[in-house]
Amino acid sequence: MERVAIIGVGQTKYERQKTEDSFADLVYEATTKAMADAEITIEEIDNVVTISNDFWDGRTISSMAVMDAAGAANKNASTVEGDGTFGALYGLMRILSGSYRTTLVVAHSKSSMGSLPIITNSMFDPIYYRSVGLDGISSAGLQARRYMDKYLVTEEDCALVSIKNHHNAKANPYAQLATELTVEDVMSSRALAEPIKLWDASPISDGAAAIILACENRAKKSAKKPAWVKGVGYCADAYYLGDRDLAEMDALSTAAKKAYSMAGITEPFKEIDVVELYDAFSYQELMWMEGLGFCDRGKAAKLVQEGVTQRQGSLAVNPSGGVLSAHPVLTAGLARLAETALQLRGEAEERQVEGAKTALAHGMNGSCGQGHCVWVLSQ
Amino acid sequence: MVQQAESYKVLSGRIKLPYQWTVGATGSKFFTELRDHKKIWGTKCPECKKVFVPPRKTCGTCFVDMGEWVELRPTGRLETFTVVHYHEPALHGMEPPFVYGIIKLDGADTGIAHYIGEVKDLESVKSGSRVEAVFREQREGSILDIKYFRLIG
Repeated sequence: MERVAIIGVGQTKYERQKTEDSFADLVYEATTKAMADAEITIEEIDNVVTISNDFWDGRTISSMAVMDAAGAANKNASTVEGDGTFGALYGLMRILSGSYRTTLVVAHSKSSMGSLPIITNSMFDPIYYRSVGLDGISSAGLQARRYMDKYLVTEEDCALVSIKNHHNAKANPYAQLATELTVEDVMSSRALAEPIKLWDASPISDGAAAIILACENRAKKSAKKPAWVKGVGYCADAYYLGDRDLAEMDALSTAAKKAYSMAGITEPFKEIDVVELYDAFSYQELMWMEGLGFCDRGKAAKLVQEGVTQRQGSLAVNPSGGVLSAHPVLTAGLARLAETALQLRGEAEERQVEGAKTALAHGMNGSCGQGHCVWVLSQ
Repeated sequence: MVQQAESYKVLSGRIKLPYQWTVGATGSKFFTELRDHKKIWGTKCPECKKVFVPPRKTCGTCFVDMGEWVELRPTGRLETFTVVHYHEPALHGMEPPFVYGIIKLDGADTGIAHYIGEVKDLESVKSGSRVEAVFREQREGSILDIKYFRLIG
């Protein structure tokens, strides 16, 4: 297979409400930062993938509104409506088609503009589900309870994830919620949808991220150390929540196995140094670690308790602070890829995981992790 | 010279869009039975034999048509639940704190997401609790013809 690498990354700072920037302004900032990082001109970018969602943008064909800001004039440009990791997958495929050398992938999000409950309620089936009023948070409450019941995971276990990630965020200049918390702080925070409390939930965030993917020939000449794509896997589970055992994540396990198989990874816990995963809620970091095969079901909490997943641990998970510390919807998965590329280059500054040679980035789509996309990258 | 804005403007609006959703033949039968007879029906996959409630035409796993209808009792087991503490008037039919659950009806292999009502003590709601459907007096052929499920026994 043709080798493909990430040769440039750019992110805005993620904030509760970025009133200085329109959607297009965010896209322009992330795009130009990624180009500056790769030391590449817009002429050399030969195609563009944008990522947006019409409901979150409050308009139809939201992709068309940001084409100018993405430098897509006179280029082959297309769009993915879903998490940024899936947009990057489309960008990767375009290079693998042999028709393109360099793909810009850019995602933007302004969750602050709409109503999170109403927009996330709209992801559910309008015939059987939507009128009951479930949304992103209450559906996650159902999943968290099921997972914690089945595997005897406690709210304190989940609190440790929140504490770690908000601490990690202090070393990430792009993060939105960086602070030191105690178990007591998390446990006594306002209940949203039990067992989920305020500090178990990711914030409402605005921001954009971009990556530049390049074919092997171009990547070998890149200004920065390329982060090579070793394997990608993706899979989706049943749409209706009631069709799934919400404590399980078969789609993620399948996606991870596909990615590991491509990358030649047989022992992910030993072979992977740094992980950036989509922890929209604290319990999800535990679930996704298990789905990614780092430990048996129900055992991720123990790894967190033992400090294994801290930045200095043997399996650093979300050294950027993760999605708990900034949740620009759709953009968050692309931010995970950008962060892993920086880690592999050794340029993650204060949040650098020492000796990171192999990294995993994870993104998801849909309610309670219906669809997952797993990337393995290496130096 | 263009002056720096003193504050950044945010325009407010409201997106209103009349819309209709075709329920289809399978969902129409389900809603009609719910409205006219307070009966809950599911569809059964001829391959994996799973009973799907709410019903649909196709089994996503076996990728075959499900032609067989199965009537279910209005009782079941609470698979999971959450106590909601925030209020979104556009969505919620109950005042917080209220309970959502996923209910696996007796004889069904999938769950229904719905309200758990008549809860006097939130601590009494447990995963595995037995529940039964409470139907509305005035039914119009929607999932809300089930008012909520309540704990039994």
